[in-house]
Amino acid sequence: MNQLPLHGLTVLEFSQYLSGPSAGLRLADLGARVIKIERPGTGDACRRLSIKNLWVDGDSLLFHTINRNKESFTADLKSSEDRAVIRKLIGRADVLTHNFRPGVMESFDLGYGSVAELNSRIVYGAISGYGKEGPWKDRPGQDLLLQSMSGLAYMTGNEKDNPMPFGLSIADSLCGAQLVQGILAALVRRHKTGKGALVEISMMESLLDFQFEFLTTYHSSGQLPQRSKLSNGNPLLSAPYGIYATTDGHIAVAMVNIPQLAQILGSEVLAEYSQEQAFSHRDEIKGILTRHLAGQSSDYWLEKLHANDLWAMEVLDWKTLTEHEGYQVLQMEQAVTTTRGKSLVTTRCPIRINGERLFSGKPAPSLGQDNERIVMELLK
Amino acid sequence: MNLLQDIIVVDFSQFLSGPSAGLRLADMGARVIKIERPGTGDICRQLYVSDTRIEGESTIFHAINRNKQSYAADLKDPSDLEKIKKLIAQADVVLHNFRPGVMERIGLDYARVKELNPGIVYGEVSGYGNEGPWKELPGQDLLVQALSGLTWLSNNRDERPTPMGVSVVDILAGTYLAQGILAALYRRGMDGQSSLVQVSMMEAVLDFQFEVLTCFYNDGRQLPVRSQLSNGNAYIPAPYGIYKTREGYLSLAMGDIPKLAELLQCPSLAVFTNAAEWYDRRDEIKEILTWHLMTRSADEWLAVLQPADVWCAKVMDYQDLMQQVGYKVLNMELRVKTSNGLSLKTTRCPIRIDGQLAVSEKGAPLLGEHNELIDDQFGLGIAIS
Repeated sequence: MNQLPLHGLTVLEFSQYLSGPSAGLRLADLGARVIKIERPGTGDACRRLSIKNLWVDGDSLLFHTINRNKESFTADLKSSEDRAVIRKLIGRADVLTHNFRPGVMESFDLGYGSVAELNSRIVYGAISGYGKEGPWKDRPGQDLLLQSMSGLAYMTGNEKDNPMPFGLSIADSLCGAQLVQGILAALVRRHKTGKGALVEISMMESLLDFQFEFLTTYHSSGQLPQRSKLSNGNPLLSAPYGIYATTDGHIAVAMVNIPQLAQILGSEVLAEYSQEQAFSHRDEIKGILTRHLAGQSSDYWLEKLHANDLWAMEVLDWKTLTEHEGYQVLQMEQAVTTTRGKSLVTTRCPIRINGERLFSGKPAPSLGQDNERIVMELLK
Repeated sequence: MNLLQDIIVVDFSQFLSGPSAGLRLADMGARVIKIERPGTGDICRQLYVSDTRIEGESTIFHAINRNKQSYAADLKDPSDLEKIKKLIAQADVVLHNFRPGVMERIGLDYARVKELNPGIVYGEVSGYGNEGPWKELPGQDLLVQALSGLTWLSNNRDERPTPMGVSVVDILAGTYLAQGILAALYRRGMDGQSSLVQVSMMEAVLDFQFEVLTCFYNDGRQLPVRSQLSNGNAYIPAPYGIYKTREGYLSLAMGDIPKLAELLQCPSLAVFTNAAEWYDRRDEIKEILTWHLMTRSADEWLAVLQPADVWCAKVMDYQDLMQQVGYKVLNMELRVKTSNGLSLKTTRCPIRIDGQLAVSEKGAPLLGEHNELIDDQFGLGIAIS
């Protein structure tokens, strides 16, 4: 590829942890130069946040995963001297992101108003937990808490289970991804008008948007989403939608016509149900399927289902997945060599441009590694 | 001016992944024209769920397709196809989520569309990419979740693989597609060049797992182990998870165990002074918490924990949530109207621009509602001589 789409853009990332930095990672992979602005001494708190106690070059593997393909510039935002340098950097940047709680950037005189005075073309992206007003504004914007408060915990698991969170940081990831959308759309406008923009999003709004189908259905029916008693896959969907155990594993069965399913699986009990009952009688239908599917292997059932083009699939774990040709052909893994020569494997950007996968071997920066070079550039 | 004012999107996509990308572009100011098959249209119109329908169409269709226009065209009919080609020649973006090969057969693949319009941004979502053994398989949310390993992250250790109960793969794939399209539109502004942007649902769900997959790639490929109780994330120490109380449910994120022991007056937790044990012995800790938290209501616990800045929250369903001032102040609800007078409440675009909410009252279009308008505005009615 000649040039990545965002080649030439400079992003200053004041963000920490996952939501803002995941936005920075996507912008970097699409070609932007992303400079993390970090606190001297400690930097992004994610450097010290490990999972499974995995560390690389003194920083957590988690930090390396989220912050590859970026530069690091340390500045103490409480020091007026350092702030003067930051203001110069802002003068030359295209995008700024932060995910501080409301009021923090303002306390450093780096709110949108002040920044826009320095650079009217800048696109200023801000992530918060719950927006800038209201009783929740100073609460921690933490993923599990947002899942719990937004109603999302009532979508996963079965009817009798406790509310159940997604086992991944969906609010962080989605909010970061939506910030990228807003920033890029603002850059499209800037090309026409020359003016920057303030792009704001909260993790709560992201999770509400995420549930737009459920919320719209709730507004029109007044009925809270109901998880099915067994094999819940999505509270809005009829039987058989869900995952079922077989003699040697599990299979997922998506939207399938009930009489057709009964015929193909050879279940006379199931054949007594019509497609019209697929939602109203879904617990009974799922119970019948649970007993029936438990009698044979995954391959046995999938062969029958696939021969009839029905929507079903085996359930894999990462071992079986990563050994599968369907995974390997995607080339989703890439090796990154850290600044001190250590090699690690991570995922690449999921977007392909002009048929090409976007790989970047550039590692996460060590704290402040680019200070000198960036100061030299500013003096030019 | 709206961010994407004057951007015209010709959207062939159906169901959720592609249309959710179109919705976001529409909310940021683009004009999105759905190209639909005469008679039936986007199959999502007929996707009845929960037995909740609005005027014979699924509520889901209305949620996904508000703020768009509909142009009915039979792509197998040469004169309709000619009109579509004329429309594409005047558009900025083409979007589709057909299986690999379908747009080639119609004659609207990227190479040919680029001939019609050298500045086009062409976005496509597939299930599993255009190669390999899965490429012909249906790109369906639950099935992609099942293949991707994602189902081993939610729920407790002894429970079966558990899908996330929202179409997370569709939504992320649509979100990433919109990112790629917007990046390509930015590039086009600089150099006038067209781009092909491709996202598969499988690549999207692998990206969603990037933190934990990277852990797996580098820890000798050990599979995730969910906690025995109150699993919130297989990789995060106790107390992370949701707990039942005497009344209501409480969620606890990352926290210091001895501090919790003191605040909750739970002496048996006080022995866990070594932070490494919060992961290694998380099942023991969670079991103690499970019994202890049952003794009082969620509100009583919150009254102790919140003032001490412990990361905790009450678990709410939609009914609880919508009574909260914190929810109301977001103004997340949006009332839209369709052209036949139907009014319904849905959610707005979550992004604020220059302090303003992006709100449009336009509901989902009727099938073919905008044929005449679009024929007229884009000069499609006139036969090519």
